[in-house]
Amino acid sequence: MNFRIIAYFMGWILEVEAASMVIPMILSIALGESDVWPWFLLLILIIAPLGFFLTRKRFRKGNFYVREGYAATGLGWLLLSAVGALPFFLSRRMPDYIDCLFETASGFTTTGSSVLSDIEALGKGLLFWRSFTHWLGGMGVLVLILAILPMSGGYHMQLMKAESPGPSVSKLVPRVMDTAKTLYLIYIVLTVTMILLYWISGMPLYDAVCIGFGTAGTGGFGVRNSGMADYSRASQILITIFMYLFGVNFNFYYLLSRRKFKDAFKMEEVRVYVGIILVNIIIVTLVTWRFSYRDEGLLYSLHHSAFTIGSLMSTTGFATVDFDAWPEIARLMMILLMFTGACAGSTGGGLKVSRLLLLFKEARKELHMLIHPQSVRPIKLEGKVVEHSVMRSASNYIIIYIMIFVAAFLIISIDGYDFTTNFSAVAATFNNIGPGLGKVGPTLNYSIYSPASKLVLTFCMLAGRLELLPMVMLLYPKTWTKHY
Amino acid sequence: MNIIIIGCGKIGLALAEQLNNEGHRITLIDKNETLLQAACSKLDVMGLSGNGAVFSVLSEAGIEKCDVLIAVTGSDEVNMLCCLLGKRARDLHTIARIRNPEYEDEIRYLQDQIGISMVINPERMVAHEILHLLRFPSATEVETFGKGLVDMIHIRMPENSPLCGVKLRDLGRTIAFPVLISVIERNSEVIIPSGNTELRANDEISFISRPSDAVRFCKLCKLEYNASRSAFIVGGGRIAYYIGRYNKNSRTKCQFKLIETNQERAQTYAETFDDITVIHADGSNKQLLIEEGIENTDAFVAITGYDEVNVMMSLMVDKLTDARIVTKVNRLDPSDVESVIPMSSIVSPKTVTADEVVRYVRALESSKDSEFESLYSIAGGKAEAMEFTVNNDPSIVNIPFSTLSLKPNVLVAAIIRGQEIISPGGSDCMKPGDSVVIITTLRGVNDLQDIMK
Repeated sequence: MNFRIIAYFMGWILEVEAASMVIPMILSIALGESDVWPWFLLLILIIAPLGFFLTRKRFRKGNFYVREGYAATGLGWLLLSAVGALPFFLSRRMPDYIDCLFETASGFTTTGSSVLSDIEALGKGLLFWRSFTHWLGGMGVLVLILAILPMSGGYHMQLMKAESPGPSVSKLVPRVMDTAKTLYLIYIVLTVTMILLYWISGMPLYDAVCIGFGTAGTGGFGVRNSGMADYSRASQILITIFMYLFGVNFNFYYLLSRRKFKDAFKMEEVRVYVGIILVNIIIVTLVTWRFSYRDEGLLYSLHHSAFTIGSLMSTTGFATVDFDAWPEIARLMMILLMFTGACAGSTGGGLKVSRLLLLFKEARKELHMLIHPQSVRPIKLEGKVVEHSVMRSASNYIIIYIMIFVAAFLIISIDGYDFTTNFSAVAATFNNIGPGLGKVGPTLNYSIYSPASKLVLTFCMLAGRLELLPMVMLLYPKTWTKHY
Repeated sequence: MNIIIIGCGKIGLALAEQLNNEGHRITLIDKNETLLQAACSKLDVMGLSGNGAVFSVLSEAGIEKCDVLIAVTGSDEVNMLCCLLGKRARDLHTIARIRNPEYEDEIRYLQDQIGISMVINPERMVAHEILHLLRFPSATEVETFGKGLVDMIHIRMPENSPLCGVKLRDLGRTIAFPVLISVIERNSEVIIPSGNTELRANDEISFISRPSDAVRFCKLCKLEYNASRSAFIVGGGRIAYYIGRYNKNSRTKCQFKLIETNQERAQTYAETFDDITVIHADGSNKQLLIEEGIENTDAFVAITGYDEVNVMMSLMVDKLTDARIVTKVNRLDPSDVESVIPMSSIVSPKTVTADEVVRYVRALESSKDSEFESLYSIAGGKAEAMEFTVNNDPSIVNIPFSTLSLKPNVLVAAIIRGQEIISPGGSDCMKPGDSVVIITTLRGVNDLQDIMK
């Protein structure tokens, strides 16, 4: 393990974090939150020089391999959350550091699970910071660093692989730096358009920006205690649309921007994504109309079903209604959608549509092989043959996923809450959704859990966001030994 | 620049690596996905699996925005087809590897008809280099500038040389002709020398001089300077063919003995080249080499298709004779091999080819005020020697070097003005039409502006 390289990247992460704290600080100063902004300032003054010091020491080229890439990603996100939690803690508006850590990790991993019952009490400066972590974590901090930092050699592709979601990460253009820039450009353009539209639809500007960050990163933090229920029908429809859009693979937008419309609409993953959405909307709309919203009518039911499905499938986690009160079949479908998640290469979490698609095809192949034992049947995705190594890692992903899930589920069950609550809490944090069911439902929060359980759920959020391996690797002893 | 490289073999990979280091955007196309993956995990390039001679694949690789297309698959015909397609899609520069000797005579015609901007033939280039080396036995490498007016020669200082311990400033007093020491490699460290640098025994030095003066300088250093009169070649591949062919036309002929294990090939060579003695045997057989008179030969050239065999033979022959040894390596890194067999000159087709292509790409990039002529990587790629033609750029021409501010680690080694060669001092200046030889450890120098502060 080359610690100098890791220190170098930690330095850059601190720099990025310091830079992104500037806006909430200015906002705090403008609003006169005198118990908040001095802490922001102090933090910036500490971490910016520290980061600068760490990045001065250039590492020698060629000592940067997969292992360093993954370790740097895992540690980087831990550092990001640990430092990002400090403004909440130091300002005493959230007295418990573990709560702050949970909240910040939930922000950066775009989960959106909260331990706060009274959000508005945080103040606008801290709320802005909380929402901004969604935006930064959505596309990824290391991707941002790759976009601004010129590096030679191909090994830093590992950083991007470790941070970007999906079974196989491909570049859009030949160079990593250009790819990262392109991704951020698409991201920024979409975000700005969305914020403007929110604003026009009648949201206050501050809300539009914060909700915009939450939607873009598929996070789910709001700025009001009432969640999304207060906003106008038009705003809610816009949020619904953009939640779906940010769950789409960014390759799709890249192809659109290159005017390759045919290729874009041919993308198998996007088609399946849309298919799942439509089927779910139809079923859930009918079910909720029949059993829950008899009086409000079909349109009302369609509106809230579409919103909730978009919110859960894109792993955002906004809520307009308490879906925990829906009929059992609809509740269960919501849980399943949490696991499905968004497309690979989007800002969403979950297992990812393309990975499930691969596993489905693998299962179908297994059946096919029973009937034609000698047949040769390669698995294809997007019209291309999927390599064996990708298939293997997709299957192993599920195995590790289940193991972590079970372990986390067992540990938090010590706290003594019911099955639905615990199961949905792990599912909602591990898949980066936000609200679960039962005692952690959309109208409630995670403050009921003990500090130990909160740490476990924090680990789940980070592992879920980074596609398991970077976090699991940190726990693997051989990662840290010199003799290998 | 956007560059598409078709074929991810040894040469394709070497090209991708060099061009990637220079900051170009590279897309690699190959049918073999394993090779692509290895390349993509090592280099910052994009891999695309498919047949490069299929238009849809080229289009997916972004041919409409591509500036240079390089086709280096194993097949000459496929390479030509790739270039043809690329040229039809867009007005771009195409480079093809064509190495079958049968195309050699019609290469100009093919180039015109298909629209290939540049043909690369690694085996031919290596053959040229080997002949060059044999003509100059002490040198480990010889490069030419100014269309043959100036040579840059790499030698190793012998222990007993009277020049050891001489400071470069005082060199002019010892010798009466212009010689410029441009790069010194000492303990694998590259030094761009100043007047105070001292020459030491076992330094690898590169010096620039007229070809005739080079011989005199070598004599002074107590290095042998006679051209090889006889040489053993082991391995009858394409390189051997080109060596035989060019030796036929050369003025200073060398007597070659070709050792080849394949009966049929040996037969063909014997039929094609009357002046070469062809021996059908195993070149790594020590007894045979002694029998054939290895002890009395001037040079030994190991160019079989296997790096390991070449290196082992060179090691063995070094024990038998003090002949000059040339070893070809394909896969291995030349600088690694050099540390194993320091007494041998190493030739590597992929390095030679990559240099040639990088030279071409840089020439495309260089702006109007100076024209890029040639580029050689020296000291295992740690430094580069480049030649530019000076155009009429007021910020450069007619300004004495003492007032020009050059970047550090840049040496203006020689100015070639007409037939005259100037070792530039503080009062000299560049004039339009001059050729300038620059030695530098900087990367990505494309024109003369790049060496100015």
